[in-house]
Parts: sequence; structure tokens; C-alpha cells
Amino acid sequence: MKALLYLGCTVPVRNLNYELSVRLTARALGIEFLDEEAFGCCGFPAKSLDSRDSLLLAARNLALAEKRGLEVCALCNSCAAALAEAAHLLDHNPELKKDVNKKLEIIGLRYEGPVRVRHYMRLLWEEVGLERIKIAVSRPLEGVKLAPHYGCHYLKPSELTAGFDSPDLPRTMAELIAVTGAVSVDYSTLKDCCGGAVLGFSEPVANALAAKKLEELSRIEAHALVLVCPFCNVMYEGQQKKIAKAMGVDIKVPVVYYPQILGLALGLSPDELGFKLNRIKPAELLKMVEA
Amino acid sequence: MNRKKLNELDPSFKEQVARQPGGEGLRVCFGCKACTAVCPIEPVDKRYDPRKIIRMALLGMKREVLEADFIWLCSSCYGCQEVCPQNVCFTEVMFAIKNLAVAEGCVPPGLAAQKTLLKQHGRLYEVTDFENEKREKLGLPKIVEHPEDYDALL
Ligand code: SF4
Ligand code: SF4
Repeated sequence: MKALLYLGCTVPVRNLNYELSVRLTARALGIEFLDEEAFGCCGFPAKSLDSRDSLLLAARNLALAEKRGLEVCALCNSCAAALAEAAHLLDHNPELKKDVNKKLEIIGLRYEGPVRVRHYMRLLWEEVGLERIKIAVSRPLEGVKLAPHYGCHYLKPSELTAGFDSPDLPRTMAELIAVTGAVSVDYSTLKDCCGGAVLGFSEPVANALAAKKLEELSRIEAHALVLVCPFCNVMYEGQQKKIAKAMGVDIKVPVVYYPQILGLALGLSPDELGFKLNRIKPAELLKMVEA
Repeated sequence: MNRKKLNELDPSFKEQVARQPGGEGLRVCFGCKACTAVCPIEPVDKRYDPRKIIRMALLGMKREVLEADFIWLCSSCYGCQEVCPQNVCFTEVMFAIKNLAVAEGCVPPGLAAQKTLLKQHGRLYEVTDFENEKREKLGLPKIVEHPEDYDALL
């Protein structure tokens, strides 16, 4: 299958390990990604300021995708949700679409719709499927203990994620981890919010949200926390040292992106998958894989 | 801003919220507190209580809500929205409230800076040659900004 790869604002400048591993695993599994250099912000960051602006920014990206005649694959939970929500709103409200198109016209664009938007995890789940991934695994990650973190916008609002996964009993990520041969651990803070959206307003509150999960994972000695969103990464990887210091405890939880894990299982090398860019190195995990 | 008027209760406040995109649900809240029970912010900062914010809005406490710094603590996790028996969509109501606060001139500095970035670069982070050279070394395509579009749209 073919899709336009939507990188968003954060991934292409701060999370190149995520981007590299997405591109490589997609190629290995028969997903053809095309780039659209005119893509910009998904609109979500503007939603607190003005929901109409936020919709307009999302619609611009959707219109660009429509011009290319392709569906969109996003890497950030919030980008995927914001773009999918915008498509849903525009496809169900002709008046709203008319208003948005009046503004898009100024920059020579138009959205008719529908344009489909899915997160990379959803493409893996729905387009590739567990069976095909299983066949492609050449280096099962035996003995590796991994903790999935879905992230709020992966599962909610449920109108947008229906048919994919459930906010009450999420399972897609756990199964996509298990298919690599690793053990996906179940843990009590699994569904905690990372707090990323609060960081710009109150660092102590944001840190308090992320701390519980880090504390638990440090205690149960998971080899790594597995993410699929750069927002969650800001909290769990970027803030981890500060959180440990503020709490006066010794936490060390390596943080990886799911496609990096998948890539290892597909036989790709840690270097190609950007592991050098992980700031809290999953040293033990890599040792086990390379042994 | 007319401070004196805002000092008093403003019975039309709930209508103002309800007129914002996503704010409609406010009217049907019956105060069950399911939202507060699942909110991850409430246990960390007691000032942030979803049900209380709805009550304040329904009572017309416009100034107390729009000028409060706690309204910016919502993490938009959608937890409240999932459990609400009345389909209030409180996450969306919070966006409506924040949009009104911005319209009244109550904008946290970080957010104002984001708007400027979006207008000038169309992205949250400016992409310079430095980033693109790093990308090129890793075999990744160049990122191109389209500031003219964003200047026209925002
Ligand atoms: S859960 Fe819904 S109905 Fe109950 S208090 Fe919260 S918003 Fe109101
Ligand atoms: S969306 Fe906001 S109000 Fe609702 S549960 Fe999450 S943090 Fe609390």
C-alpha cells in the first residue's frame, strides 16, 4: 500500500530515531511512503488559542493530501488525532467545509474529502497485520521485557479510534510487541497520561503525571518503555532526569520507539534504526538482541 | 476589558461557551462528577476540578473562570469525555473556555509565542539549515517551510 508520510513539527527535528525506524520498517513490510514537502503543523497546538485556526491548519494538510490522491500516515498521536478529527468534522458538516474552503482558497487549496488519516501503528495493525509481521521476524527478541505506552490520543476519543482499539482494554500495541518475540508487560500505570500537554504551563504538574509510570517501570525492571508519540517522549525521555531529581529517587527507564523494536526483530541494525539518538540507552536490551 | 462588568456574575457566560465550537455540551451536564473522578490533573492540583469548572460556568462566573491560570492545566487526555453519561464532551468544552479566555486577552506567554511561530514558520520549531544538514547526512528528505501560507491563514 501507499501513503503520504506526515512527519509533523517535532519528529523531523527532534526524533530522527523515530523517523528513521518508521521508514525502514515500512519498506521492509511493503508500505510505500511518499513525502509531501508542503505539509506543516497539524493544527493541534493552535486548538487552545482558537479551534477554528486549528481546523484550518489541519484542513490545509488534508487538502494537500487530497491533491496527491493519497491517504495520510501520521507518527504523532496528537497529529493523527487532530487530522482525523478535522477530516471527520469537515466530512460531516457541509457548512463548515464551505467556510474552511473559503479560507483555503486564499492559498490556492481546496478540500472535498474524504481523506483517510491513520497512525503508523494503525497501518501496521490493519494493512500489514500480525501474521505478516510474524513471518518477517528474523531475530525474535526473546527474553526482552517491554512496557507499552499507548498515549491518550492513540485510544481517545473513542469515536475516532472505534474499530481499531479500545480505551478500556487496549491491546494493539501489546500484540505488536509480542509478535516481535518480546514480552509485553502489563502494569498498573499503563493508561496514565504523560502530561506532555501541560508542560508548557506547569512543569511540576506535568512531571507529577509522568513520574508514576517511570517509578513503576523502574521498579519492575522493564528493559524499555515503548512509545509511539513524540509528545510522550518529551515527558518520559526528555524530562526523566529532572523528574528523578525532583523526587530524589534513582529512576532509569530506557525509552525506545516501537518501530525501533520492530526493526530489531526484522533484523535491521541498531545503528540504522537510530539507537545512537536515544538519550537513555537501552543497553541491556541491545546486548540481549546482539548476543 | 471592562473590569467592573466582569466582576459581577454574567448569566450569558454559559451561552458564550456553548456558542464556541465544541462548547455546546455544557448545557446538559447533570453534575455527577464522573469527569472529576477520572481526571489525572485533579489529584495533583485540587484547583483543577472539571465538574466545578462546569458549575462555575453555569453560574456565570466568567471572570473567575477565564482569568484563572488553572484552566490551562487540562492535559486534553479525553478521559472525562469517555466516562461522561451525558456526552458533555468536557475536553472540548475546555477548549471552548480557553478560546474565550484568549479572546478576552488572557493568553499564557508560552501559547502566544507558539502562535507567532506558527504564523512565521507554519511549524512549532523553526527548521534551519542546521536541521536540514543533519537530516541530509542521515539520508532524510529536506523540510521546507511555507511561511506565506501561514501568514495568509492566521
Ligand atoms: S461526567 Fe459529564 S455529566 Fe457528569 S459532571 Fe462531568 S461533565 Fe457533567
Ligand atoms: S481532558 Fe482535561 S479535564 Fe478531562 S480528564 Fe483529561 S485533563 Fe481532566
